[in-house]
Amino acid sequence: MSLDLATTRRIAKLARIGLEDAELETVRQKLDGILGWVDQLSEVDVEGVPPMVGTETEALRQRDDVVTDGNCRDAILSCAPEKSGPFYTVPKVVE
Amino acid sequence: MLTGLTLTEARAGLEARKFSARELAQAHLDAIGRLNTQLNAYITVLPEQDVLAAADAADARYTKGEARLMDGLPVGVKDLFCTKGVKTTAASKMLANFVPPYESSVTARLLDAGSVFLGKTNLDEFAMGSANITSAFGSVLNPWRRQGDDAALVPGGSSGGSAAAVAAGLALAATGTDTGGSIRQPAAFCGIVGLKPTYGRCSRWGTIAFASSLDQAGPMTRSVADAGLMLEAMAGFDEKDSTSSNRPVPAFSKAVGKSVKGLRVGIPAEYRAPGMPEEIAKMWEQGIAWLREAGCEVVDVSLPHTKYGLATYYIIAPAECSSNLARYDGIRFGERKDAATLDGVYERTRAEGFGPEVRNRILMGTYVLSAGYYDAYYLKAQKVRTLIKRDFVQAFEQVDVLLTPTAPSAAFAQGENMDDPVQMYLNDIFTVPASMAGVPALSVPVGLDSKGLPLGLQIIGRHFDEETVLSVGGALEAAAGFAHKPTLHAEAGV
Repeated sequence: MSLDLATTRRIAKLARIGLEDAELETVRQKLDGILGWVDQLSEVDVEGVPPMVGTETEALRQRDDVVTDGNCRDAILSCAPEKSGPFYTVPKVVE
Repeated sequence: MLTGLTLTEARAGLEARKFSARELAQAHLDAIGRLNTQLNAYITVLPEQDVLAAADAADARYTKGEARLMDGLPVGVKDLFCTKGVKTTAASKMLANFVPPYESSVTARLLDAGSVFLGKTNLDEFAMGSANITSAFGSVLNPWRRQGDDAALVPGGSSGGSAAAVAAGLALAATGTDTGGSIRQPAAFCGIVGLKPTYGRCSRWGTIAFASSLDQAGPMTRSVADAGLMLEAMAGFDEKDSTSSNRPVPAFSKAVGKSVKGLRVGIPAEYRAPGMPEEIAKMWEQGIAWLREAGCEVVDVSLPHTKYGLATYYIIAPAECSSNLARYDGIRFGERKDAATLDGVYERTRAEGFGPEVRNRILMGTYVLSAGYYDAYYLKAQKVRTLIKRDFVQAFEQVDVLLTPTAPSAAFAQGENMDDPVQMYLNDIFTVPASMAGVPALSVPVGLDSKGLPLGLQIIGRHFDEETVLSVGGALEAAAGFAHKPTLHAEAGV
């Protein structure tokens, strides 16, 4: 199946990457080429084969449900591009 | 010269006090000063006083007889490992000014072992690439040249800065990360040793994530014994990484030199790709002959799903990347582009902060995970991945290791293979399957092609059996006696 512009636009929206129409067409062509190439997987018979999740070399561990980290608010906020006091700032989202 | 030593030689020299850690560090800082403008191997070089202070601390431990595994050894760190208080960019504009308030587990272990960090090495943006041409801080130059040709060659990728630095004498060794070949392919292109350990061997905590079920840190060094030594310092259980293995860490450095007599070496038929350059095929035959002479038994094996490795990888890796890179939203860290709405901030930040290759992979991953396409692409790829892993598990019932070429070509020129993404992806054709299966794999430089460029062979082993991989790698290294130096290196023309 080939990738159309509307789907490309929808994907870009889902990924929150703002692309101009001209860029969208370039991206569409690249992705369409890659999708055409990965279509070779359709010839593999996977009937009854379970999906591989991670590399399954170790069982997932559980740990005690306790706090192991914290008290580093300022260190974390030091990475923020914009902040106000002990808060991240964003454009107004509530009218 | 101090910049031409292996880790093992430098460690012995420091122990015998033939030279000090300060002299060793200074020699490397000088080499970086002379060559980094050309090679662009480092994005960030640490301040001289910090490097020398770390070296002095190592010297003090040697004097007291308390030296540690990597004490005083100057190494480069791929700029994908978060280093506390030191800018960590992932070679992206998105993180151009990111200074992590924490240290990755792997670099913390290396520091505990006494390593002296020289700086942060260049890479493909977010480790996505095979030529080190997608870095927001410029391409890395391969220190090797073709005979009679001045064309600028790529160092491979994504750990191209690490590979170039080690090859050119700008570090005794460096850390790399490997998602589909990002340690092994640049190691082969630059004539050094690169080891991707078993998935789970080295903690992923604090390493900027690309594809979490594949990402694995490993050493890039000048000898197989060095790879064992450095892995010993890097590996080990970490409760902060849910996929970290709690198996004991063997003395990897002692694995080299062990007899390989009687080991069974598998030659997978499917790696004889049509169109494989004659020189690569010949080098592979030579490697088989060397291991046979060393007493190994050579066995033909089949990994029937090899040809689907790349296509499977280019669904699974982008899917995981689209999820991992969702965190770069312009709010909590990294760069931010302003807009009137919150969605606008996200969209502009991500459109301008990521380069084209990263954007394409996020979009590809978003597509294969989206409603209506998930089963056809992502779920299908996960099932094919099971078959690829089964191929390896079955092969390892018959043999102890597999021997293959590392890459389908020697280093190519900047500008080649650039237009068609699929053509670029083919670089990883021999390295991706081991990543998909999570098994350890080592690239060893074994010779030069007719143009004077290095070629590598790859040894793949069972899950958590790096020791056998290193033993066989050591035998291959001894037989090959690769001692060539690149055109550009710290000892040339001094």
